Amino acid sequence: MFLVFIIFILLTVAPIFFGVLSRRREKDSGPLIKSHLFGVLISIFLLLCSVFLSLRYGALEISWTTTWKAVFDYDITEHGQIVVRELRMPRTMIGIAAGSCLAVAGALTQGITRNPLGSPGLLGINAGAAFAIVTAISVADIVTAAGYVWFAFLGATMAAVLVYSVAHVGGKGATPVKLALAGVIVTTLLGAWISSLLLLDQETLDEARFWLAGSISGRGTDELVVISPLIIAGLFMGLMLGKQVNLMNLGEDIAVSLGQRVSIVRAIAGIIIIVLSGSAVAIAGPIAFVGLAIPHIVRSLVGPDYRWILFYSLFFGPCLLLCADVLGRLVIDSSELQAGIVTAVVGAPFLIYLVRFTKIAEL
Amino acid sequence: MNLLSIASPRLNSLFLTLIVLVITVSLLHRVSKSKNEISVIRLGSLSSRLNKKLLRLNFVAFVIMIAFMAMGVMFGDFPVPKVRALSTALWDRESEFDFVINSIRSPRVVVAALAGMCLASSGAIFQSLINNPLVSPDVIGVNSGAAVCAVVLLAVGGQVTYLPFAAFIGAIIAAVGVYVLSWKRGIAGTRLVLIGIGINSLLAAVITFVQVRYPIERVMAAARWQAGTVFGATWDDARILGIGFLILFPAAFVLLSKLRILQLGDETAAALGSSVERDRLFLLGTGAAMAAVAVAVVGPLGFVALMVPQAARLLTGTITGGSYIFTALLGGIFLLGADLIALHLFAPVMLPVGVITAALGGPYFLILLARYNRAI
Repeated sequence: MFLVFIIFILLTVAPIFFGVLSRRREKDSGPLIKSHLFGVLISIFLLLCSVFLSLRYGALEISWTTTWKAVFDYDITEHGQIVVRELRMPRTMIGIAAGSCLAVAGALTQGITRNPLGSPGLLGINAGAAFAIVTAISVADIVTAAGYVWFAFLGATMAAVLVYSVAHVGGKGATPVKLALAGVIVTTLLGAWISSLLLLDQETLDEARFWLAGSISGRGTDELVVISPLIIAGLFMGLMLGKQVNLMNLGEDIAVSLGQRVSIVRAIAGIIIIVLSGSAVAIAGPIAFVGLAIPHIVRSLVGPDYRWILFYSLFFGPCLLLCADVLGRLVIDSSELQAGIVTAVVGAPFLIYLVRFTKIAEL
Repeated sequence: MNLLSIASPRLNSLFLTLIVLVITVSLLHRVSKSKNEISVIRLGSLSSRLNKKLLRLNFVAFVIMIAFMAMGVMFGDFPVPKVRALSTALWDRESEFDFVINSIRSPRVVVAALAGMCLASSGAIFQSLINNPLVSPDVIGVNSGAAVCAVVLLAVGGQVTYLPFAAFIGAIIAAVGVYVLSWKRGIAGTRLVLIGIGINSLLAAVITFVQVRYPIERVMAAARWQAGTVFGATWDDARILGIGFLILFPAAFVLLSKLRILQLGDETAAALGSSVERDRLFLLGTGAAMAAVAVAVVGPLGFVALMVPQAARLLTGTITGGSYIFTALLGGIFLLGADLIALHLFAPVMLPVGVITAALGGPYFLILLARYNRAI
């Protein structure tokens, strides 16, 4: 129980702590992490820590040595090692993939829309994926997770395109406020339709409610394998885009005057965001706040340069998601909380902190 | 598969729906086109402006609402002669249809009308107060607060009779929480909205948790409540709504003058001698309570509080006493109409009315946003 308490406190307080830290440091000069070699080593270390936490803890008590052996010296006859290898390892891998996708997509969204509240959820992607999956279950009777993936992807893409085009109508293109509003509206609309579909038959609700909670458990690696080329390509492209995002972040006019082709950059970034968050939602379900909080935490550590923000998000996203997942496993005896629920509970205080104590309320 | 029957609406109901819709809209539109004729009534030292156009609009809206209520009483699965239905509802206590009419249809109609009026007037207060057409009472957590309490109650198998009270308490607690968290030397609209988003997602996580943890039958009941429905409304529900409406609506009406001053902006309002934060608190409280009463009885109905004030505003202009009453009446009309559609359009499948309000409201809302784009 002690560990649960510690992790929970860490998850809740750490983002806020980093937020306060970055505000303090704004008055001094320079980011907290000055040497990037050191920074990258630290973040890899943190990622490894959370990976091993995720492999070690769960309903079945497994010692550190067994965990270690399962990873590096696999003995197929030992029960504990099989659990680690067959159950916790895929789950951890999905956590890593989904976490990094969400974090990088969130950082890109915040940079491109210049909206500190930007996250994949903002673009209606979660709602779109949920809508498509519920429809798939209810109309086409698809119940295998491998079947979900493409529907989730399709739904996420369509919702994002809808949000973007609604926001784009009228002059001036898709400004941050318009994007946010369109996202909220599409999310509400799709949410209403999801609930109406779910009401029509109990089976679908029974099938979908676990997916809708957002969890990295109980999903095989098959979908991950199928979708991993997209994820890798998306992450790579996203990291390459850092320089353009930096310019976009100065404001549209300045970006144009510096020779930036704003609409093209925006379109490319939009495609990458859709690919990344669509993949994340396809393999892990709708998970809130990772995409919102991680870029803020990273920004507080490395300063406003998006080349590094994107890069560090790659490591910190999985950390947050895996820790949330571990917490969800430990918090209830003999059962578990879905990671999506944990991230929402942990993330809401952070959002409130952002709104209350930083300047985004004036946005 | 249920979806197939959903995809095939009954043609005669569809036809009737369209006719009624066209008549209603054109009637309201026509009256709203007439000129503003403002006269002043004096009664001793009291005086009031009276806009004849608004008077006409309100009269027409009232008649339409009564007509919709009558339709709600007359039509239904159980065959009742139309005239007998009305007479049973109004005076004939000896009728053999007494149960169908007076225990099932009438309370449902009354609840729909009152809930629509409450939601719409609450939405009107919020939109004018925060000066943003895209704001409705659910942003400050009324819906999700009510939903959490109701869903927990249904999931643990609590007494259904306590449902409205639990939902009401949840709504009020959530609203107070959002208000307190947004307080920072006063309340700013944007901060209120953003904090509301945070609290809403937190509460949504709690609901998801309940949905995953409890057996599917109870989750189903909770999901049905969450979609928003007037199905199975009783006279008790109507009584709760009626009392809430009779207390809160006049209160809001009295506060309207304060609202109009606040709309000038905080500084101007303060300069005019208005106690800005106190007035805003009263208005928010009244609006939230009104929405909470409605949500407690009919569930978190989407889009009514958002859409109806918009439509009313298009027909009448800025908020005054007359247009406020009109907004409420329009809300009643909207919910009654949506309920009629939900009952009959896809019969024998009865949809929750929330689905219809979302189906009508969502696209409308997107159009609204596209229109407002230029201003943002």
